[in-house]
Amino acid sequence: MLANFFEYEFLRNTFFTGIIIGIIAPLLGTFVVVRRLSLIADALSHVTLAGIAFGLLLEKKTGTPLITPFYSGLGFSVIGSIFIERLRSVYSAFQELAIPIIMSAGVGLSVIFISIANGFNTDLYNYLFGSVSAVSRQDLYSIFIIAIIVCAVIYLFYKELFLLSFDEEHANVTGIHAKMIHFIFILLTALVIAASIRIVGVLLVSSLMTLPVAASIRIAKGFKQTVIYAIIYGEASVILGLISGYYLEIPPGGTIVMLLIILLIATILSKKVISYLTGRKHRVRDEVI
Amino acid sequence: MVKTIVNMENVSFHYGNRQALSKINFQINEGDFIGLVGPNGGGKTTLIKLILGLEKPSAGNLTLFGVPAQKYKQKSNIGYVSQKANTFNRGFPATVTEVVAMGLTAKLGYFKRVSKQVKVKVEEAIEQVGMSAYKNENIGNLSGGQQQRIFIARALVSKPKLLILDEPTVGVDAENVEKFFDLLHDLNKQNITLLLVTHDIGTMTHHASQVVCLNKTLHFHGNPSTFESLSKEQLSDFYGHPLNLVTHHH
Repeated sequence: MLANFFEYEFLRNTFFTGIIIGIIAPLLGTFVVVRRLSLIADALSHVTLAGIAFGLLLEKKTGTPLITPFYSGLGFSVIGSIFIERLRSVYSAFQELAIPIIMSAGVGLSVIFISIANGFNTDLYNYLFGSVSAVSRQDLYSIFIIAIIVCAVIYLFYKELFLLSFDEEHANVTGIHAKMIHFIFILLTALVIAASIRIVGVLLVSSLMTLPVAASIRIAKGFKQTVIYAIIYGEASVILGLISGYYLEIPPGGTIVMLLIILLIATILSKKVISYLTGRKHRVRDEVI
Repeated sequence: MVKTIVNMENVSFHYGNRQALSKINFQINEGDFIGLVGPNGGGKTTLIKLILGLEKPSAGNLTLFGVPAQKYKQKSNIGYVSQKANTFNRGFPATVTEVVAMGLTAKLGYFKRVSKQVKVKVEEAIEQVGMSAYKNENIGNLSGGQQQRIFIARALVSKPKLLILDEPTVGVDAENVEKFFDLLHDLNKQNITLLLVTHDIGTMTHHASQVVCLNKTLHFHGNPSTFESLSKEQLSDFYGHPLNLVTHHH
């Protein structure tokens, strides 16, 4: 079944990209979820869409790709993350306001770019819902470099990111540069979103960052375990989702996310069943005693 | 010779036009166990912020270990357990060991990983607060009193000389408050200087070696028995409103 994936280069690119984002999206997603910033991923993915639309527009108007949609999307995502940070300090009492502001700016810009270009071809559809055939070798290399940057930064700043996620006040008291660490974190989020969009699409990218964590948090003990389980959930759903999406001729974003939902429900239910059974065992023992 | 940890000379602080502290003079010496009391808005938290270097005095001199507070860099010598420690997100997936290890983040510095020796220190701190049996539990599964012990372990892991606790017994039941003070007593015996902000004057006066009463200015600084012998009128005068001192007898 995997044979086709290794026979054709475009499928191979997709497969490797899938494996990479199956690691980095849940890895960073764990920090995003515990900091209760899940919606930032949605805001940034819509800004990335504006960047992609801008890249496609340039391509259409000039006839040559001056800047590929991947890089224009990446650029917009990073700029969007900087704006979110600025807005969060402007509205320090209502920090979540930054998210709808940036999200609507992203959607507004996308609509404008798309209408100037009088609509787009299937490329835009691929960006919205993900595609198994959209990843070029160049994209794969870029995504690989992004993954190395993300993993290296998280490795180096793990304890600071963890402290900041758990207790921002304590981070400030101990003299950690909380603002700098937070800014690095938002930049990483922007990079991961831009990297993941090729496969899962703009509309579903935040799911790949949050759903594996939602499942993992139900069963893990401690933070490191939460990260590891989230990556396992993410990786399993990406690989199975890509393969089934290809054979069922469905955009992989849909199959990946639905697999994640199934895994999430299965985790919640099995935890309930286990705690019911162990609870019953205790009750039976109590009755015997 | 007794070492001075915190020295305040004529320290004042304003939030805009509002005076929070006025001409405070007092010292915290090594081995002290000071109970800091006073009405809400009397400047207790502000005083702590000044010691922690989070705010700068508007006037006066504040030194930590003989160095001006703003220039004092060895922040790990001062441990802090905040009032908010018991309002953290209880669903956060972190084990007791992970939470206590956070206390070393600043001391280790950037780019340093948690080594085996560091892990030993973490285990020691957990043992110091009597929570070794729970070291692999998620912190959200513990009771309020147990969580407070973990936050103390987090403050202790960097081996501070001064430990500041801001109303640590809020939300902890009476029996555990007593155990909690026993723990503080043990820590004080191990030569950790304590500054405890509390509303529980009755319990505190049984354990602290000194009491400081703050309401914008320093109204009282002396031993607990003198504080307990103050008349109702004097106390009400310090607090700015009528106050009945409830003492516990064991």
